[in-house]
Amino acid sequence: MQPAVVELIDAHKRYGHVEAVRGVSLAIHRGELVAMLGPNGAGKTTSINLMLGLRKPTSGGARLFGLDPDDRRARSRCGVMLQESGVPDTLTVRELLELFGSYYPHPMAPERAIALAGLEEQARQQAGKLSGGQRQRLYFALAVCGDPEVIFFDEPTVGMDVEARHAFLHTIREFGREGKTIVLTTHYLEEADQLAERVIVIDRGVVIADATPAEIKSSVVGKRVSFITMQQLKEDDLTGLRYSRLEIDGDRVRLFTNTPETLLRELFGRGVDFHDLEVVGADLEEAFLALTGEAEKETVA
Amino acid sequence: MSAAATADVAPLGRMLVTQTRFQLLTRLRIPAFSVLSLGLPVMFYALFNAIYGSTKLNGVTGSEFILVSYATYAVANVMVFNFGMGIANERGRKLDLLQRAMPLPPIVAAVAQVVAALLFALIALLILFAYAFLVGGVRLGVGIWLDLLWRLIIGAFPMIGLGMAIGYGVGPNTAPAVVNAVYLPMAFLSGIFFPLRLMPDFLQKIGQTLPTYHYAELGWNVLGGGVADESVLRALLWLAGWAVVLLGLAVRIYRLDESRKFS
Repeated sequence: MQPAVVELIDAHKRYGHVEAVRGVSLAIHRGELVAMLGPNGAGKTTSINLMLGLRKPTSGGARLFGLDPDDRRARSRCGVMLQESGVPDTLTVRELLELFGSYYPHPMAPERAIALAGLEEQARQQAGKLSGGQRQRLYFALAVCGDPEVIFFDEPTVGMDVEARHAFLHTIREFGREGKTIVLTTHYLEEADQLAERVIVIDRGVVIADATPAEIKSSVVGKRVSFITMQQLKEDDLTGLRYSRLEIDGDRVRLFTNTPETLLRELFGRGVDFHDLEVVGADLEEAFLALTGEAEKETVA
Repeated sequence: MSAAATADVAPLGRMLVTQTRFQLLTRLRIPAFSVLSLGLPVMFYALFNAIYGSTKLNGVTGSEFILVSYATYAVANVMVFNFGMGIANERGRKLDLLQRAMPLPPIVAAVAQVVAALLFALIALLILFAYAFLVGGVRLGVGIWLDLLWRLIIGAFPMIGLGMAIGYGVGPNTAPAVVNAVYLPMAFLSGIFFPLRLMPDFLQKIGQTLPTYHYAELGWNVLGGGVADESVLRALLWLAGWAVVLLGLAVRIYRLDESRKFS
């Protein structure tokens, strides 16, 4: 059997008195699009650094293609876009791609990486003269220039405006279609939802959920039924209905439930009038808050 | 071709050549470094040559003596500013992080740094030599030019150690202060700018222990005529000692930085 692309085995990482990662076990397989989601300081970047061999676990293990992450054979199959890093300002985009390509056994032509990143017009510009968004695209080009099998993105869209972020996510998704494995950290829930097939939620150095975005959403809050009613609804009017949470905000009523059909049938039956009815999956943000909130309660208890 | 197609790592030789080439290019394009390292020695040479160039001692002209002085100064400058402060700046701007995540062995990156610095020094020397030949009218035999070049490279190793220790030991904000505190007195007491024997006794004693002094002596020795105070062997032994001390220190500091960031 082929080894997992990335594997953490009960990995712990301690910096001085702070334990940033407290026992993370996970395996990521070929072709997966995985988002590691969590608030700032949750241990996402440390986890990525352990996977890449940039940091060594205090205990437990990290494997990349079944090898030590420091092994050049494993590294040669990885592309990386780090959160904090730089390149020499005085080299041009094309020169940097030639340089970084030389680290890999089978690099793509610099022109191809430039095209993938949409930097054709900046190819002869020095890196120091690029705008913030162009710089991020340069880092993307550097991450893909070795034609790697797996690419790690640590918070790739930080500092991008909405449009740039959208375009960037599109580029990553296209790249993921070629059978590449993609591991991305983000604290934008929307990003994980749009991009990933699998979301690993990390909070305070432990994995608190590992599932598809849909599963994570449904496991926690299911659907949100929202409508406007002229009747003054009170909680008493809804006794016997199955819902997990009720919000009344003036005329607007929001109910969270895993069985929206039954709920609506009941409401019709009771003669409630609706306007502007919406039934939507609760977004990942709500799921996320619920998940991390629960973890907090457990920690306190 | 089939061997290349199945190779699972890139060839180290090609990587080293590319890394060195772009490292050199990066530095050459930073005006502060290229002006300082390529221009300053020529400027000093031109100035002092205009004043003392026509003096003569045992068949050695002032022009020749001053050329050797500023040749050692040029190389030392490259190692401290270009190489040392260059590394400190690059670390400050986190250029080392992404590089470290690449399949580029850290030793290849480090060797490329040193080779690029030596090439930069070579460029500085060729410019200075050309100026001395064309404008200063210095005429040495081909053998002497080559002998001088070889000595300048061999004698540079203590300064490579110093540059590397500064580059990996301090950040970009502290580096200029450290350079001023350590390298400036070293250059001043080397006898390059003023003959050491014109200085107070205790300063002479200090000066005669410094690597920059022995580096200059090693260079002057090539001119003959008794213009150097020290034999080649003695200068080489001092320089070897300093190379061991400073390169040893640099490697320790490098490892410390490494373990702080990547363990």
